[in-house]
Amino acid sequence: MKNRGWTGTLLALLAFISGAVHAEPPRSGYAYLTPESRAMQDDDFENPGMVSVEQGAVLFAAAGENGKSCTSCHAGDASGLDPARIARYPVYNDAEQRPLTLRDRIRNCWTGALGNPPLAYTGPQAIALESFVRNLARGQVVNVDFSGPLLSHYEAGKKLYYTRFGQLDMSCNLCHDDHAGQHLRGQLLSQGQTNGFPEYRLAKGNITGLHQRMKQCFVKFRAVPFPAGSDELIDLEVFLAARGNGLKIETPAVRF
Amino acid sequence: MHRIQVVILSTLVQAGLLTLVPPSVAADSGAQQHYAEWAIHNNGITAPLDGLTGDPERGRQLVIDRRKGNCLACHRMPIEGEDFQGNLGPPLAGVATRLSGAGIRLRIVDQRQVNPGTVMPGYYRDPARFHRVPEKFSGKTYFTAQEVEDVVAYLNTLKQEAGNEK
Repeated sequence: MKNRGWTGTLLALLAFISGAVHAEPPRSGYAYLTPESRAMQDDDFENPGMVSVEQGAVLFAAAGENGKSCTSCHAGDASGLDPARIARYPVYNDAEQRPLTLRDRIRNCWTGALGNPPLAYTGPQAIALESFVRNLARGQVVNVDFSGPLLSHYEAGKKLYYTRFGQLDMSCNLCHDDHAGQHLRGQLLSQGQTNGFPEYRLAKGNITGLHQRMKQCFVKFRAVPFPAGSDELIDLEVFLAARGNGLKIETPAVRF
Repeated sequence: MHRIQVVILSTLVQAGLLTLVPPSVAADSGAQQHYAEWAIHNNGITAPLDGLTGDPERGRQLVIDRRKGNCLACHRMPIEGEDFQGNLGPPLAGVATRLSGAGIRLRIVDQRQVNPGTVMPGYYRDPARFHRVPEKFSGKTYFTAQEVEDVVAYLNTLKQEAGNEK
C-alpha cells in the first residue's frame, strides 16, 4: 500500500511537471471580467446567480418522497456540510470505481437518501442544488487530489483537452492555454477555469452548469458534443478542476 | 465547368470514389461536397482552388459575417462600423503588402501548414481528417472553394498599413 502511494505521488509529480512546461499559473475567469461584471458578481443582491442558490436552499429543505430532506442529514442550515470537503470535488468513488462529481453526489442523495425520482443532469433543480451547495464553499480553495485513483481520469481528461474536434478542428488548449487574456471579438478569453460553476452567463441570461458550458464550446467547434454526465465530460471535469487547484470557489460566478 | 475540374471528377468516377448525381439530388441528400485538391509551392498555393475567380466584395461580407468567416473574431481589419475586433491573430491591414496572393490562400486554406500549433481553423482542410463532426457538416470544408477565393480576393485589396487607413 505504501509503495502504491509513493508511485501515485511520483506520477502526480511527473504529470505536474509535464503539464507545467508552458502553463500559466491558474487565474480565475474573474480576472478577465469588466469592472461592471465584477461588481455584479461581488454583490449578492445584484448577482443574478443568487436566484439559483436560493432555489437550491428551498430544495435542500424540501421533503422527499420518503419524508426526509437534505436537512435531515446535513442540518437545517447545512452546517453539516464541510466547505473544505466541497472544495475537493470531484473525488473518487471507491464503491462505483469512478470519479464522483459534486453534481452526482447530490443526485445520488436525491434518489438514495430522499427516495425521489432521478434529477435530470442539466435540469434546473440539479443546477440549483449544486449552486446552493457550492456556494457554501465560496472562498474555499479548490483542492482536487488527483494523485491516487483519480489520476487516470485526470490523464484522460487532459488528453481530451488537447484533442482537436469538429469541422473547426479545434481543441480547448488552443484558446484557454495559448490565448487567455486576448480578445475574441469584444470579449476577453479566459483560462476556462471551473471555480465559478454553476455560473450566471450574461450572454445567455441564465445559470449554466459546467457540462452545458463545455457542450457550448463543442458546438462552436462544429463537433458532436459529449452528453452531459458522460464519462468523457466527467474526465474533462476532473482535469479542469485539478488544473484550477489553488483558485477560490466563486459560485455563483458572473461570466460573459 | 473548368477543364481541371472535369479531369479531377472523371478521375474520381473512374476510381469508383465518386458517383455523379444531378445537382438537385446532391443538394437534397447532403451528399459529399466536392473537395478541390491543392498543393503548396514556395510557401503558398499558387493556383486558385478549382480555377475559380474571387469577388472581393463577397469576400468582405464573408470576413464580417459571424456565421461565415468571422475573421474579425481574431483579426483587426480596416472595416468601418465593425467595433468588436479580436486580437488573437495579427492585424490584417496591409496584409497584401506582406504576403503574396498565394501566401494568403495557403493561410486561409490551412494555416497549420505554416504554424502547426495555431488556433486558426483550416477553412479548406481535408474534411476526411475531422473528428466527431455532426452529419450536417460531415465531408464538408468550412468554406467552399469559391468562398476561399472570395476572401483571398478581398484580402488582396488590403494594401495599406493601419496608420494610413481611413
